[in-house]
Amino acid sequence: MKGKETRTAGRTKVRISRIWPYYLMVLPGLLYLLINNYMPMFGIVIAFKDMNYSKGIFGSDWCGFKNFRFLFGTKDAWSITRNTIGYNIAFFVVGTVLAILLAICMNEVRSKVASKVYQTLILLPYLISWVVVSYLAYAFLSGENGFLNKSLFPLLGLNPVGWYQEKEYWPVILVIVQAWKSVGYSMIIYFSSIVGISQDYFEAARIDGATKWKQIRHITLPLLKPTVITMFILSVGQVFRSDFGLFYQVTRNSGALYEYTRTIDVYVYQALMKNADYSMSGAASVYQSVCGFILIVAANAIVKKYSESSALF
Amino acid sequence: MKTREYKITQVLVNAICIIATFCAIIPFVLLIVGSFTDDKWASTHGFTFFPGEWSLDAYRYIAMKWETIGHAYLMTIVVTLIGTVAALFIAVLFAYGISKQHIPGMKIVSFLLVFTMLFNGGLVATYYCYTNILGIKDTIWALILPNMMMNAFNVILIRNYFVNSIPASLEEAARIDGAGEFKILGMIVLPLSKPILATIGLMTALAYWNDWQNGLYYLTARGGASYYTIQIVLNNINDDIKALAAAATSSSGSLSANVSMPSTTIRMAIAVVGVLPILVMYPFFQRYFVKGITLGGVKE
Repeated sequence: MKGKETRTAGRTKVRISRIWPYYLMVLPGLLYLLINNYMPMFGIVIAFKDMNYSKGIFGSDWCGFKNFRFLFGTKDAWSITRNTIGYNIAFFVVGTVLAILLAICMNEVRSKVASKVYQTLILLPYLISWVVVSYLAYAFLSGENGFLNKSLFPLLGLNPVGWYQEKEYWPVILVIVQAWKSVGYSMIIYFSSIVGISQDYFEAARIDGATKWKQIRHITLPLLKPTVITMFILSVGQVFRSDFGLFYQVTRNSGALYEYTRTIDVYVYQALMKNADYSMSGAASVYQSVCGFILIVAANAIVKKYSESSALF
Repeated sequence: MKTREYKITQVLVNAICIIATFCAIIPFVLLIVGSFTDDKWASTHGFTFFPGEWSLDAYRYIAMKWETIGHAYLMTIVVTLIGTVAALFIAVLFAYGISKQHIPGMKIVSFLLVFTMLFNGGLVATYYCYTNILGIKDTIWALILPNMMMNAFNVILIRNYFVNSIPASLEEAARIDGAGEFKILGMIVLPLSKPILATIGLMTALAYWNDWQNGLYYLTARGGASYYTIQIVLNNINDDIKALAAAATSSSGSLSANVSMPSTTIRMAIAVVGVLPILVMYPFFQRYFVKGITLGGVKE
């Protein structure tokens, strides 16, 4: 009896000495999450306060939903929501179609060297910062020096366009720029799932005399569906977020374009940094976080129903 | 065996891929050619692929203002190095910890990580915390800490690698030999994890190298100019080309201030300087990037 007790005690001691290193290991990460993620989560109260900078976040008076009423009283609230969601939908549709087209072509290219070169170069824009992308776009679009206005349009007999002043072109420009930057990334994802398709299917189809086109239509595309659906649900979860770099840098933050180019992220930045308006930016920021959260959880619930294994959490 | 269909398919798919490749690189060509165009010629004829007059003036100007640009380069390198090392350090330890789900409390720790992917405080609250509580404005921490040092997604990728690709029997054997957990991680797990560490390290380094948002939020021209990285300098010049001349004048005196700036082409030249290291190093690291994307895309 006594011997058994000491054995148990010994084992417990061993266990504690065995597990404390793990807690020590996660400590730096937990500290960082606390500073970078959890502290700001409590900072959300800013949106419900009549923020007075001199009184600080806790000294300022509560004001309930007043900031949100102000925000949704402006017509900006509608346009930034429409832009954020609308662009995300357009990016997804255009990006997916182009990426799958390229992935299928890439898979058919027989020369290994050529395929490698294509992949490497198409991925290049993905590695460049949005600031540099804004310079690249400027070289094409600049009113005084741009390639389009100075070289291409005169050649075609078209009149120069004030790209950074005329907003109606921007939905197209932004979709092109986004596709240009991100298509390499999504192409590689689809390419790797095409490569993963068993060759037996194609072999059998060839024996049955199916043409390349028929093989793509009846084997490749249907088997890509799960990847497309996973990507779709992931992007549904992100539909309230926008890439600040794209909408801020590529448009050169031109006020004339705001109606068609300003997303929630740009609005929050503008209200916070340029106008130091804590109540409006805080309200817009919380609006984005909460809607995004609801959508991610909903999207995940749908994935879970569709296929347990591809759920995010 | 080479049927007609085979040939047609090859021509077609190669044509599509070549068009896509052409579209991907053509803006870089315009940028590079633009930077070598004579400034006066460019200001009347614009940027083209075949300029009438070539010139190195923009690069000469950069060489002259190297104090500003070179310093920004140095800051970019310092920030990228510190940030990447710190991020890998945090991520590896954290991933190893949460890979041991049987340890009491680790499920909660994992949840705390995953939850940050679902919900965040938003820019306003984050900005308030960093500036008013932690006081990082106009310090080097402004470029290293906010948002970039721990990417939940990367941590999960490393954790998955530990769980799926490191044989548990190896760790167990070391444990029986009396090795501590840190020793097991350092001597057994990490040497076997080089591929994932290279991939995640490279992605993190690229993110730090390309970052301009932290500088935009947390550095002011008055107090933080000495921490400007190359991306932040590019961003400032984008707003106002005179920013470069002003910055350079204040640091290098009146001598160089008198030399007129090739104001049209200088933008392009600085963008080239900023992007050059990536263009040069990319071919060597390409496979790691591709691996990183497929790891992230095809989920566990």
